Amino acid sequence: MEKLIILIVLVTGVIALAQLVRVYELSSKLKDRGEHDITDRDNHLNAKLMLAFMMFQFLGFIYLMLKYGWTGRGEAASLQGVETDWLLNLNFIIIIIVFFITNFLLFFFAYKYVRKPGVKATYYSHNNKLEAIWTVVPAIVLAVIIIFGLRSWNSITSGPTKKSVRIELFAKQFDWTARYSGENNKLGKYDYKLTNEGNNPLALMTTETIESARIETEKTIKGLEDELKLAQLDHLASGYRNLISSSVYKNQIEEEYNSVIEKEFNLIEVEETFKHTYADAKGLKGHVNVVIPEPNAETQKIMDRLEDKLIVKGRILRSVIQMQQNYDSKYDTYAWDDIIQTDTLYLSKGTEYEMSFRSKDVLHSAYFPHFRAQMNVVPGMPTRFKFTPSLTTKEMRKKKDDSKFNFVLMCNKICGTAHYKMKMIVVVLTPKEFRQWETSKQEKIFKNTYAAGETEEPANSETNI
Amino acid sequence: MSTVAHENNHHDEHHHEESFVSKYIFSQDHKMIGKQFLMTAVFMGVVAMMLSIFFRIQLAWPGEESTFLNTFLGDNWAPGGIMKENMYLGLVTIHGTIMVFFLLTGGLSGTFSNLLIPLQLGARDMASGFLNMLSYWFFFISTLLMFASLFVYDGGLFGIQLGDAAAPLAEHTAWDGSGPAMSGWTIYPPLSGLPNAEQGSGLGMTLWLFSMGIFIASSLLGSLNYIVTVINLRTKGMKMTRMPLTIWAFFVTAILGVLSFPVLFSAVLLLIMDRMAGTSFYLSDIIVQGEMLANHGGSPLLYQHLFWFLGHPEVYIVLLPALGLSSEIIATNSRKPIFGYKAMIGSILAIGFLSFIVWGHHMFVTGMNPFLGSVFVFTTLLIAIPSAVKVFNYLTTLWKGSLVLTPAMMFAIGLVSTFITGGVTGIILADSALDIAIHDTYFVVAHFHIVMGMSAVFGMFGGVYHWFPKMFGRMMNTRLGYVHFWITIIGAYGVFFPMHFVGLAGAPRRYYDYTVYQEFDQGTYDMIMDLNVIVTFFAIFAAIGQILFLFNFFYSIFRGPKAPQNPWRSNTLEWTTPVEHVHGNWPGDLPIVHRWPYDYSKPGAEEDFIPQTIPLAEGEEEH
Repeated sequence: MEKLIILIVLVTGVIALAQLVRVYELSSKLKDRGEHDITDRDNHLNAKLMLAFMMFQFLGFIYLMLKYGWTGRGEAASLQGVETDWLLNLNFIIIIIVFFITNFLLFFFAYKYVRKPGVKATYYSHNNKLEAIWTVVPAIVLAVIIIFGLRSWNSITSGPTKKSVRIELFAKQFDWTARYSGENNKLGKYDYKLTNEGNNPLALMTTETIESARIETEKTIKGLEDELKLAQLDHLASGYRNLISSSVYKNQIEEEYNSVIEKEFNLIEVEETFKHTYADAKGLKGHVNVVIPEPNAETQKIMDRLEDKLIVKGRILRSVIQMQQNYDSKYDTYAWDDIIQTDTLYLSKGTEYEMSFRSKDVLHSAYFPHFRAQMNVVPGMPTRFKFTPSLTTKEMRKKKDDSKFNFVLMCNKICGTAHYKMKMIVVVLTPKEFRQWETSKQEKIFKNTYAAGETEEPANSETNI
Repeated sequence: MSTVAHENNHHDEHHHEESFVSKYIFSQDHKMIGKQFLMTAVFMGVVAMMLSIFFRIQLAWPGEESTFLNTFLGDNWAPGGIMKENMYLGLVTIHGTIMVFFLLTGGLSGTFSNLLIPLQLGARDMASGFLNMLSYWFFFISTLLMFASLFVYDGGLFGIQLGDAAAPLAEHTAWDGSGPAMSGWTIYPPLSGLPNAEQGSGLGMTLWLFSMGIFIASSLLGSLNYIVTVINLRTKGMKMTRMPLTIWAFFVTAILGVLSFPVLFSAVLLLIMDRMAGTSFYLSDIIVQGEMLANHGGSPLLYQHLFWFLGHPEVYIVLLPALGLSSEIIATNSRKPIFGYKAMIGSILAIGFLSFIVWGHHMFVTGMNPFLGSVFVFTTLLIAIPSAVKVFNYLTTLWKGSLVLTPAMMFAIGLVSTFITGGVTGIILADSALDIAIHDTYFVVAHFHIVMGMSAVFGMFGGVYHWFPKMFGRMMNTRLGYVHFWITIIGAYGVFFPMHFVGLAGAPRRYYDYTVYQEFDQGTYDMIMDLNVIVTFFAIFAAIGQILFLFNFFYSIFRGPKAPQNPWRSNTLEWTTPVEHVHGNWPGDLPIVHRWPYDYSKPGAEEDFIPQTIPLAEGEEEH
C-alpha cells in the first residue's frame, strides 16, 4: 500500500513538473522569444547568485578550517612528522592564497561582466607576455615547493644508521604482529615456507625451523599421496565391482579392497588383483583388457585438487631442501633473540626505528597517522620506513587533553572484509620505561617460545600504562 | 601533416533505406552513436550514484538498521538493514569503476567526440562508421557485464550457475563467490589475484576483468576513429590551427587513450592469467586462508605500475574533453574569443605529454625506490603549470566579456572553480613527503572527486545542455537547468569539501566504519562522524537534484521546444547543419572554412559573432 502511494506521489510530481515546464515555454512564446534566450533578469539573478555562492564557498571553507582545525590528528609525534607538518603548512598557505584569488576573480568576473545593453565584449584574443608571466611565476612557486619537498623526502627516505633499532611489522588478514630484533639488533631471517602456525607463525629461519619445515612438508606430501591413492583405489574398486554381476566375485573385490587399505599398497598390483577377479568372474583366461569408466565429476575434482596440491607441495619441498643446503647456521642467533609481540607495539621515545614490513597474504599498509608515517606492506617484497617518536603516550594525552588516547597503527591498503578493523595500538614509553618493558619480555624470546611450542601473547596483557 | 580532405560530395547521394534497426540500433551514423553512448553513460551514472548513496548512508549511520538499504540491497547484502562489510567494499569498487570508465570516459569521449568531431570539422561522418558502431556495442556489452557483476551470488547470477555454490571461501576459484569485485576500483593484486582472499575476488572479479577487457577494445576502436578523422577528414580551409579547442582536446585525448589503454589491457591479461592459469606475475611468497602457495618471483608492484601507467593518463582522458567543451561554451557565452588559443593548444599538448610521466605519484608509499619517487614529484608538479595556464586563460576570457549565463555556461564556470579547488590539493598530494601522511585517506578522495566528480561531470553537464539542441533538435528547459546547477554545485561542494578535513585527520579510505577510533581517539572519532553526517546529507541533497536533470533531459527529448539552427549564436560548423539530422551532415556541399572559430565581437563586424564559413571581408585581417 505504501509503495502504491509513493508511486502515485512520484507520478504526480513528474506530471506537475512537466506542466510547470510547459508554463515557462508558453510564457516565453508570449514574449516572443525562445525559452532558451536568457533574459537580462535571469542573467543578473544568476550573476548575483554567483557572487553569493562565492561567499558561501569562502565562508564555508573558513568555518571548516576554524572548527576542524588545520589537522584533526593533533601535533606530530615524530621528528620527521614535525618537519612535514611545517612543509604542509607552507604548501597550504600557498595554495589557499591561489584558491582565494582565482575563485574570487572567477566569480567576480562572472558577476561583473554579465551582458549589459549597449556594452560590447572586448575582442582581446591573446597576449604572449601575459602567458609568459603566468607560466614563469607558477613555475617559480612550484620550484620552491619541489625543492623543499624533495629535501624532506630525501631525509625521510634515507637509509638506516648505526643507531637505528630494527623492528619488523608482519601483516596478515586481519592483524599485525611486531618482531623486536633483540640484543644483537639483527632481525632473524625468514621464509614463508617455514611457517608453522603453532610455534613459528612468523616463519623465522633457523637450522631447526628449516629442518622441521622439511619434515612437515614431507609428511604433508606423504599424507596427500596416500589420500590420492586411496581415492584412486576407491574409484578402481567401485568401477570393477560395477562391471561384475555375480555377488560372489563382488564380495571378493570387497575383501581384496579391505585387505589393502590399512597398510601400504601398490596401486598397480592391486589393480592386477582386481583384474584377475574380474577375469575369474567372467570365466576368461589369459591377459584381460578392462576399461572402467572415468570417475564422476565430483571424484575427478577431488583427485585433481589433490594432484594440484601435490605439485605445489613438491615445489615447496624442493625449495626447502635447497634452502637447507644453502643455509649458514651462523644466522641462527639472529632469530633466537627476537621477541614477537602481538596486540600492542611498544616504542621508546627518541629512538630511531628502522621498521621493516612484510605481508603474509595480500597488500596491506602500515599507517601511523600520528607519526606521519606510512609504508605499504607487500607479500614477496620487504619494504622499510624509518622514524623517531618524539612524544610519549603520556605527553600526547596531556596535549590532547584525552586520558584515553593512544597512538595507533592502522592498515591503510584495502585488504578484505575486516580491513577497517586491522589495527594495533602503539604505546610510546620513556627510554627507561621501555628498557623495563624489554627486560620483562626477555623470557619470551623466540628461542624459548619455539621450544615451548607457543608464541601467542595472551590478549589484554600489558596494554595499560 | 596531411592536407585538408578530399571533397566528399557524392556520399549523400546514395540514399540507403534506413530501417529501425540500422537507424537506431546498429547505426553507423556518428550522431546516433554519440547519443547511444550518452544514454548508456547516463544510465550507468545513475546506478553508480545510487551505489554511492548506499555507502554514504552506511558511513554516516553505521550499525543503524536502514529499511532503505534493506529494500535495495536485499537480505543478502543488508540483512536487518545493516550493510555487509564486504558488500561495502563491493559498492565502493563498482562505484569507482563505473564513474571513471563508463560515465566519464564513455560518456564524455564517447558522446562528444562522436558527436562533434565530424560536425566541427566539416566531415560527413567518422572515418569508419563500422568501427564506430562496434565501439558502441562493445561498450554496451562491457556495461552489461559490469552491471551484472553486482548480482553475483554463490558462484552464479540470474539463474546461471558458473561456480560451486557450496565451496567455502578458502576453496574459491575464479568462478565462485558472491558479490562484485571488492578490491577497490584499482583492484590491486594479490587481493584481486587470489579468488579465495575475499568473496568478491571470485566470479565478481572475473566479470570485472572481462568487462574491462571489452571496454578497452571499445575505447581503442573509438580513439582510432577520432584520430584518423581529425587528421584526414577536415574540410577545405580547416587548418589544424582553425580547429575549435574541443577538437584539439578530443584529439589529444584519443592519442592518450591509444597509447595507455593497451597497458591496462596487459595488466588485466596478466591478472587473468594469475587467477586462472597458475602464473606468478603478481604473486610471490603467499599464504592465504591457511594455504601455502608455490608462486614465486612475482610482484604486486608490477601491477601497480602497469595500472597507473594507464591510470594517470586516464584521468586526463576524462578531464581534457571536459576542458575542451568548456572552452567552447565559455567563449561562445562570453561573446569573446577564448583567450590565448595557441597557449591553450600548447597546454593541452603539454598536459597530454606530461601525463605519461607522472604515474608514480600514485605509488609514493608502495615501497618503490625513493629516487624514482623524487622523479615523479618533479614531473607531477610540472604538470601543474599548463593546468594553471588554462585556468588563467579562462579567467581572462571572462574578463571584459558580455556574459550570457545559460545553464551550460554556469556549469563551465563551475568547472573552472572546481578545477582550481581540486587542482591545488593535487599540489599537496604531489609532494611525496606530504603524501606519506595522507595517501589513501579521505584527502585523496576529496581531491579526485573534486576534479573528476565535479570538474569533469560539470563539463559533461555543460556539454549536454549546450549541445542538446544539436543532438535532439530541441531545447532543454532553462529554469530547471538553473535549479539543477545550483543544487549540484552547492551539494557537491558540500559533499567533497569536508572530506579534506576527514583525510587530514588521518581517516583511511575504503573503511566500512570508523569504530576503531573509539578505542584510541574518541575526539577524532566524533569529528569524523560529524563530518560524515554532513557529507551524507549533502550527497542525498545533490542526488535528488539530479532527478531534475533527468526529468529535464528526457522530457525535452520528446516535448522540448523545437530548436533554432544556431540557438547560442555560435561560430563553429556544427551549427550550420540542419536541425533535423541528415545522414552525411550537410545536405549539399561541405562547408568551406575561412577563419578560426573565435571571431566573437570582432571590431568592425556587424554581428557579435562571425561563423567560420563566412569569408574574410575587404581589408579584414584573419586573426
